[in-house]
Amino acid sequence: MNITNLSKIALNALLRNKFRAFLTMLGIIIGVASVIAMLAIGEGSKKSIQDQISSMGSNLVIVMPGTQMMGGVQQGNASSKALDVRDVKAIRLDCPSVSAVSPEVRGGGQVVAGGNNWPTTFYGGDVNYLDIKKVEVKTGRMFSEQEVASAAKVCLIGQTVADNLFGKEVDPVGQTIRFKNIPVRVIGLLEEKGENTFGMDQDDLLIGPFTTVQKRILAVTHINAILGSAVNEEATSQAVTEITTAMRTSHKLSEGEEDDFQIRTQAELVSTFSSISDILTTLLGAISAISLLVGGIGIMNIMYVSVTERTREIGLRMSIGGRGLDILMQFLIESILLSVIGGIIGILVGVTASAVIGNLTGWPIAVMPLAIVVSFLVCTAIGVFFGWYPARKAAGLNPIDALRFE
Amino acid sequence: MKRNIISVSSLKKDFIVGEVTVHALRSVNLDITEGEFVAIMGTSGSGKSTMLNILGCLDKPTEGIYLLDGIDISTLNKNELARLRNLKLGFVFQSYNLLPRTSALENVELPLFYNDSVKPRERRERAIAALGAVGLADRMHHMPNQLSGGQQQRVAIARSLVNDPVVILADEATGNLDTRTSYEIMALFQELNAKGKTIVFVTHEPEIAGFTTRNVHFRDGNIIKENLVTNRGSAREMIMAMPLEVDS
Ligand SMILES: Nc1ncnc2c1ncn2[C@@H]1O[C@H](COP(=O)(O)OP(=O)(O)OP(=O)(O)O)[C@@H](O)[C@H]1O
Ligand SMILES: [Mg+2]
Repeated sequence: MNITNLSKIALNALLRNKFRAFLTMLGIIIGVASVIAMLAIGEGSKKSIQDQISSMGSNLVIVMPGTQMMGGVQQGNASSKALDVRDVKAIRLDCPSVSAVSPEVRGGGQVVAGGNNWPTTFYGGDVNYLDIKKVEVKTGRMFSEQEVASAAKVCLIGQTVADNLFGKEVDPVGQTIRFKNIPVRVIGLLEEKGENTFGMDQDDLLIGPFTTVQKRILAVTHINAILGSAVNEEATSQAVTEITTAMRTSHKLSEGEEDDFQIRTQAELVSTFSSISDILTTLLGAISAISLLVGGIGIMNIMYVSVTERTREIGLRMSIGGRGLDILMQFLIESILLSVIGGIIGILVGVTASAVIGNLTGWPIAVMPLAIVVSFLVCTAIGVFFGWYPARKAAGLNPIDALRFE
Repeated sequence: MKRNIISVSSLKKDFIVGEVTVHALRSVNLDITEGEFVAIMGTSGSGKSTMLNILGCLDKPTEGIYLLDGIDISTLNKNELARLRNLKLGFVFQSYNLLPRTSALENVELPLFYNDSVKPRERRERAIAALGAVGLADRMHHMPNQLSGGQQQRVAIARSLVNDPVVILADEATGNLDTRTSYEIMALFQELNAKGKTIVFVTHEPEIAGFTTRNVHFRDGNIIKENLVTNRGSAREMIMAMPLEVDS
């Protein structure tokens, strides 16, 4: 008996029970669709976190006060020491792998203009601050070295703040706002960056000279962080080593002492968040894999029932010349057809559902080609695996017993 | 001399049911030659179906020799038996055994699906010819549930003919049908027999057996009597002679 004939027989047998075949496939359809959609959601969030973080500058190196954290565990209990401008100078002088470095000072407060007010954060940096953070000026200009030196009361304004203070119509550049009651002139509007993956509005800020934020607004001498750019992405770890040395010298730490600062790199953040979303993806994948398994058991159940229900048919087929192998193949092909057709529909549904979910929720979605290939193979395997036992049972029947089956 | 299609000697068949052994066939000797139309008769439980199932290679005898068209079936394995059924045997069952929701034509085609040497085109042509031979050329695309009992049995007969078997085996093929329809089926068998088909027909109705050429009587697993039918009736003529149903 050749495969073409057997496939035709199997297909005819399925078509005789279209509705039941569809119900059987439903398990596989839902299973495959959910595997694909879940993995697409998981993978999409991972991709967007990676994009998001590298859009902040993949060669960004951040120095913060405090002890080094490794995987969330505090290493040692050395005290932390506030950072100041001397540290920035040390890095600027001693770290050839760092191309740009800027202090960062920040303070939260209410900003008022006319009758409107809005809570926001005022960031202070050096003239290269925008370059390091990969932020562009939309209209107006960046502050000058002169303005840094004189702690001029100028700032650049984020779109969110501008909208809330002035509305869409008014050009904020040239206006004067009051931050914590200090009048500050707006000299530039920042290019919009939107929300980041963690839901933080990246346009809800003011940026001014760090000297202004330190002296005029917060009245402090320390800085909150030092932002540096490695010359390129590969130089990041070299930059970290150089910065560590420079910082230890600057803080006069002796040989055995723990670092009293910590250094974060974008690359490190990417890998941390990637591994978090890998866990998420695995979890979602596992849940849907279970539903795929349940779908497979559904197929086995139907095939098993239909072997019993179709015993007389099996007997008849044997009486007109069907061999055990032919019967086995017929049932196996039926079950493979069920799972493969179900799998293909499931892939289509999964891809469509991913797109629809992406559209409705605005979540980033990335359908994994691998997920499609794997779920197709899994479907075939389910067909063979769950079809095998009932098919064997059918093939092992004695023709006369099958014919006489009541 | 005509060749022996079926040659059975000292055939025994025991069924073991729990502690009890049922001797369904005790020691049967039977030869059937080409072109015969044999009725196997006997009371219920006498072993007729058991005999037919063994002749049909659906069941194996406990003891004894069975030569089908010269082949000793005890030397064949399961797959070879299946092939033998496919090429040399045709079955007609009391309950038709048609595949539901499958057209008459596809039902008749079925045996040829299991024969690789028959190409799809030939398969279709032979099935159409077989349906024509049983007078159902105009019912090819009907489903079994759209056919009367007699018509379903004709489809089953067409299915048994389609592989051009050396012998057709029928077990109570008229058992579910009314008298007139039974005669129509017997008329069909008589036509096939007249064209040279060898037929073995199990029945317990003497008037049905009267349409065959030889009657073999079973009792308690033994053949107790054999006789050639002397004044063989024609089923076609009997139908003609029957009073017509009152048509509205
Ligand atoms: N599979 C089986 N298992 C056990 N006993 C069986 C089996 N098949 C038949 N028998 C027994 O063998 C004997 C012959 O049965 P068989 O079916 O051949 O009778 P039959 O002549 O065809 O009767 P009927 O006219 O009622 O069909 C009976 O006693 C029956 O109970
Ligand atoms: Mg019987």
